[in-house]
Amino acid sequence: MTVHDTTTDREAPAIVPQFDAVDEAAPGRKLAIICSKGNLDMAYPGLILANAALGEGVETHLFFTFWGFDIITKKTMGDLKFTMLGNTATHMPQGLGGLPGMTAMATSRMRRSIADIDVPTVPEFLEQIVASGGHLWACRMSADMNHLTTDDLYDDVEAIISASDFIEKTAGAQLLFI
Amino acid sequence: MPETMLDGHRIHVDAEGFLTDPAEWDEELADVLAAQIGLTLTDAHWKALHFLRADFAQQGETATLRRVSTLGAIPVKELFALFPGKPAKKMAYVAGLPKPHGCV
Repeated sequence: MTVHDTTTDREAPAIVPQFDAVDEAAPGRKLAIICSKGNLDMAYPGLILANAALGEGVETHLFFTFWGFDIITKKTMGDLKFTMLGNTATHMPQGLGGLPGMTAMATSRMRRSIADIDVPTVPEFLEQIVASGGHLWACRMSADMNHLTTDDLYDDVEAIISASDFIEKTAGAQLLFI
Repeated sequence: MPETMLDGHRIHVDAEGFLTDPAEWDEELADVLAAQIGLTLTDAHWKALHFLRADFAQQGETATLRRVSTLGAIPVKELFALFPGKPAKKMAYVAGLPKPHGCV
């Protein structure tokens, strides 16, 4: 529905944003994100991109596999850690990361920086993604490896499915492996 | 920055149609902007729009979806129902504000 403006000869016509226009390059755009890592710093990229895609009206599916399983496991999801070990991006001497207490310190510092810019914790973030219409899937093999069932997982995880089921569900999707 | 007329309102907009001067906005214009993108405003829409306007006046930037849900107390799910597809951008457009820049 479009309401026409009262443009006269001298005035430019109204510009209307095309929010609901179908992108011809990617009609019915879909995004599949595979989260394979459970470090605090590796959990966020997938969650942030999923949230951004949903906000743009893109159908989004997340598949949690291997260490990424920690993101949706009730016992671990609120307690993901960040370690400086093997991470040159901290620009600190590598040996420091191995000292006692360094992982705890780096983790709490990162948590604070994340909270400071009003980015939610991992469980809250999942809640927002689900509320935005995102789909959460758990990897069958990871569940079996860790002897976990749906009871151990975040309530809004839709199901534990095999890798091939995920590939089937996300036919035609753009794919992101993290 | 194009100046256009929209249903008797003279407004300045950017290339996509977002108002560039929030002061040119009023509630009557909001109804017209909403109609442009296929929305009819209800009280529930107004709650979100009033929050956006008040928050922009304080912060100088458009609230993200998360901010509207946590501080404006409107659940994310409801925002998607009120402004389908692209709620953050649609809300900003109808509220006469720039697109939100935050990532979350």
